[in-house]
Amino acid sequence: MTDTVLSLNNLKAGYGQTEILHDLSMHVDANEIVAIIGPNGAGKSTAMKSVLGLLNINSGSVTLNGTDITDTPAAKVVRLGISYVPQTQNVFVNLSVQENLEMGAWTRPVGIPERLAEMYELFPDLAEKRNQAAGSLSGGQRQMVAMAKALMVDAKILLLDEPTAGLSPKYRGEIFNTIQKIKSTGVPIMIVEQNAKQALGVADRGYVLVDGANRYTGTGADLIADREIARMFLGGGH
Amino acid sequence: MEAYLGYFLYLLSLLTVGGIYAIFALGLNVQWGFAGLFNVGIVGFAAVGAYTYALLTTAESTFHYGGFGLPLPVGMFVAMITSALVAAVIGLICIRLRSDYLAIATIGIAEIIKLILKNETDVTNGPRGINKIPRTWEHFSEERFYSSWPLSWFGTPENWAAFFDGLPNWWWQPCFAGTILLFMYIIYRMLERARVSPWGRMMTAIRENEPAVRAAGKNVTARRVEAFVIGAAIMGFGGALFAQHLRLIEPTNTFDPAKVTFLVWVMLILGGSGNNRGAMLGAFLIWTIWSASELMISGIIDLVGFVAQSFDTTILETRAGFLRMMLIGVLMQVILQKFPEGILPEVRPASPRSKL
Amino acid sequence: MWDAFGFEFVNFYLIPGLVLGCIYALGAIGITLTFGILRFANFAHGELMMMGAYLTWTIMAIITAVIGITVHPLIAAIPASIVVIYLFFWTDKFFYKPFRKADTIKVVMASFGMMLILRSAVQVIWGPNQLTFVPGIAKPNAGLMSWTDDIGAILLIPNKHLLIFAGTIVFVVVLSYILNRTRIGKAMRAVSDSPDLAHVTGIDVDQVIRATWIVGGVCALAAGVFLAMDIQLLETTMGFRMLLPMFAAAILGGIGKPYGAVAGGLIIGLAEELSAYPWIGTEPLLSPGYKTGVAFAIMVVMLILRPQGLFKGRSF
Repeated sequence: MTDTVLSLNNLKAGYGQTEILHDLSMHVDANEIVAIIGPNGAGKSTAMKSVLGLLNINSGSVTLNGTDITDTPAAKVVRLGISYVPQTQNVFVNLSVQENLEMGAWTRPVGIPERLAEMYELFPDLAEKRNQAAGSLSGGQRQMVAMAKALMVDAKILLLDEPTAGLSPKYRGEIFNTIQKIKSTGVPIMIVEQNAKQALGVADRGYVLVDGANRYTGTGADLIADREIARMFLGGGH
Repeated sequence: MEAYLGYFLYLLSLLTVGGIYAIFALGLNVQWGFAGLFNVGIVGFAAVGAYTYALLTTAESTFHYGGFGLPLPVGMFVAMITSALVAAVIGLICIRLRSDYLAIATIGIAEIIKLILKNETDVTNGPRGINKIPRTWEHFSEERFYSSWPLSWFGTPENWAAFFDGLPNWWWQPCFAGTILLFMYIIYRMLERARVSPWGRMMTAIRENEPAVRAAGKNVTARRVEAFVIGAAIMGFGGALFAQHLRLIEPTNTFDPAKVTFLVWVMLILGGSGNNRGAMLGAFLIWTIWSASELMISGIIDLVGFVAQSFDTTILETRAGFLRMMLIGVLMQVILQKFPEGILPEVRPASPRSKL
Repeated sequence: MWDAFGFEFVNFYLIPGLVLGCIYALGAIGITLTFGILRFANFAHGELMMMGAYLTWTIMAIITAVIGITVHPLIAAIPASIVVIYLFFWTDKFFYKPFRKADTIKVVMASFGMMLILRSAVQVIWGPNQLTFVPGIAKPNAGLMSWTDDIGAILLIPNKHLLIFAGTIVFVVVLSYILNRTRIGKAMRAVSDSPDLAHVTGIDVDQVIRATWIVGGVCALAAGVFLAMDIQLLETTMGFRMLLPMFAAAILGGIGKPYGAVAGGLIIGLAEELSAYPWIGTEPLLSPGYKTGVAFAIMVVMLILRPQGLFKGRSF
C-alpha cells in the first residue's frame, strides 16, 4: 500500500450552527491526483476548507502524513505543507506576478530564486509577464499564477478549488495538462471540480460527494464508466 | 427646609438634563440600535435643532438673524424638521456605502455645522452665541409673553407681573422637568410602537440577514435612510430642549462633541443598544455619574488642598474635568468588550420569519 | 511675469498650501494603510499624531533641562517615535485586537472611544492650554531669498517649511522603497489586497499588522511634529482638526493606496489654502473661516461621484 498523505476521517463540519459535511471520509495518497465531484451544494469546497481549518469541525479528524491537524489555523496548515488555491480571488491583483510568487514563498526559508526559476519553467507564459500586475492577466493566466504561487513552498499536497471555473475550453485543457505536470514533480493533488468528466480523466481516483458525504469512490476511469454517475453528474452536455 | 429644597432642585436638574440626554439616546437608538447606523455627529443634529429653535423663538435682536418670537412649540417642531432635512441629505449620500464612511461623514457634517454657526455671524452671532432663549414655563414670566395668548386670555400684564412676583423663583423647574420627561415618554411610546410594527421588524431583519431582505425585494437603503432621518429628528428636538435648558448657546463649548456625541454613545451602549428603556436608563445613569463625579472630584481636590496646604490645587481643578472624560472613555471600552449587550439587552420583537 | 500677483500667490497661498498638504499627506498614509490592511477607519489617528508632537516637545524640554542645549524637534522626534509606535501597538492590543473577528463597526467604535481617551489624557498630562513648541518668528531662508531674487522670482520660504518639504519627500521615498522592495512591504500590499488570501497563503498577518502600525505611526508622528513646527505651538485640538482632512485625503486618493493618500493630502492642502485666494475681485473666494470645510466638501463630492477614489482604491 502507498503512503497516505492527507486523510479526512468521519468528518462532521460546517459554518457556525449549519452542518454541511455529515460524514465524510477520504484520503489522498502520494503521487496521485484525487478529484472530488458532485452536485452544487454537496460540500465539495467545504471539504477542502475543513482541511484548512476555515470552518467548525464538530467531530472527526484531519491528518497530514499521520499527524492530526484538525482545527489547526490556516496559516499554520500552510506552514505544514498544504498549499491551497481558492476558487475565486486567488491572486493578489495589485501585486505583480513575481510578487505574487514571492508571497507564496512567505513560509519558505531558503532557495526562493531557484524555486522562482523552476516555476517560470513550469509556467512559461508567466515568465514574460512577471512584472505585470496579476489583476491585468486573463482568467486562465491568473489561475496559473495562483497555482505557481501555491507551489512556491515545498508543498506536501496541493489543494485546487475548481481551477477551471469560468475558463474557456482552451484554457481548461491547459490547466489540466499543467495539473498532470505538477503531479509528475511529485506533488499529490486534491482537486474539486465542476467539469467532472475532464477532472476524472486526469485523476487517479475520484470521490462523488452528495449531501456532505461520499457516495461513490473509485478510480477516475471507473467513475466515468459508471452509468449511474454519468447520468447523474456528468451530464450529456460535457 | 432650605437644605431639602437644594436637594430637590438638584434632583430636578438631574431629571431635566438626564431627560434631554435620554431623548438624544432614544434618537441614537433608532439609528444604531434599530438600523445599525453609526452616527458620530449627534452634536451636529443637536446644534441644528438648538439654533433653529433659538432663532425662531427669541425676541427680535440686533445680534443675530430674527429672532422671530414665534410660539415655542412651533420652534421645537421646526427644529425637528430642519435636523431631519440635514440628515436626509447625508443619509442619501452615505448610507449605501460601508458603515465607516457614514461615521466619517457624520463627524464631518457635525464639524461643518459648527463651522457655519461660528462664521455666519450675521445669522448666529458667531462665537458669542444666542442669549435669552425662552424656556418652556419659565417664559411665561417674561414680559413679552404677558400680552400674547394664552396669558392675555386670563389677565392683564400687570396682574401677571404681580402673580409671578409672588411665586418662588424656582417655580418653573418642576414644570420644565415634568415637560421634558413627558416628551421623553411620548417619544419612547412612539418608538416602542415603531419597533414592534412591520417597519421595526423589517429593521431587525435587515440587521440579522440583509441579503435575505434584499432578496425579498425590500428597499433596504430606503428603510435605513428613514431610520437615520427619524433618529436625527428626535436629536433635533432634543437640541431644542437643550437650548431651552441652557438659555445661552454658542458653537464651541455648548456643542462639544465629547460632551454630547460621546456621552450619548456611552449612555446607549451602557443601557443596551436596541432597547429603548435601556437607552433611557443609560442616559439617567451616566448623567448622574457624570454630575456626581464632578462633586466628588471637587471634594477630593478640596481634601488634597486641606491635607497638603502648600500645594496649589488650581492645576488639579482645570484638569479634573478631562480626567473624568478619560474615565468615561475607559468605561465605554470596558462595556464594549465585556458587556456588549448593556444593562437591558435588546428584546427582539416576535416576528414570524417568513413575513419579513 | 513675477509681478505682485505671482509673488503673493506663490508665497502666501501656494507654498502654505503645499506645507499643509505635506502634513495631511503624511497623516493620511497611516489612515489609508490602517483602512486598507486592518479594514477600519481609525478615528484615534489624529490624536496619536498630536500625542507624538507633545512627546517630542517634552523630550526637547527634558534635554534642555538636563544638558542645557536646545535640540531641533526633528532630533527629539526620534526617541518620541519609539513611544508613539508603542502607543499604536498598545491601543491595538488592548482596544482593537479584541474585535478583529467581530463586525468592523465595533472596532471603529473602539477607535472613536480611543480618540476621546487619548485627547483627555493629553489634556490631563499637559493641560488644556496652548504650549509654545518653537519660540520666535520664522524668517525666510536668506540664501533662497537672495538667489530667487536674482532670477526675478523671489521666494520667501522659512527653514521650517524647507525641512517639511524635504522631510515629506524622504518619507515618501522610503515608504515606496518599503512597499515595493521589501518582503514585509509587499506583504502589506498583499494583505491590503485580500486578507483572506493572505491568510491561506501563510503570510504572518500579525507581523504585517505590526509593520503597519510602525509605518503609520512614524508617519503620524512626522505629521504631528511637522504641524507643530509649522504653527509653532501645541494645542489639544490639533489632532482632531487634522482628522477630517486626513480622512478626506485618504478617500480622495483611494482607500488602501498610500500614493493616493499623498496625492490626496497635497490636493486637500492646496485646495484649503487656495480657496481663500481672491480669484474673483479682491475678496477671498471663500472666507478663511471655512477652510476646513473645503476638505469635507471634496470628500462628499468624491463619495458621490467616485467612492473608489482617484487611484482606484477599495470601495465598500
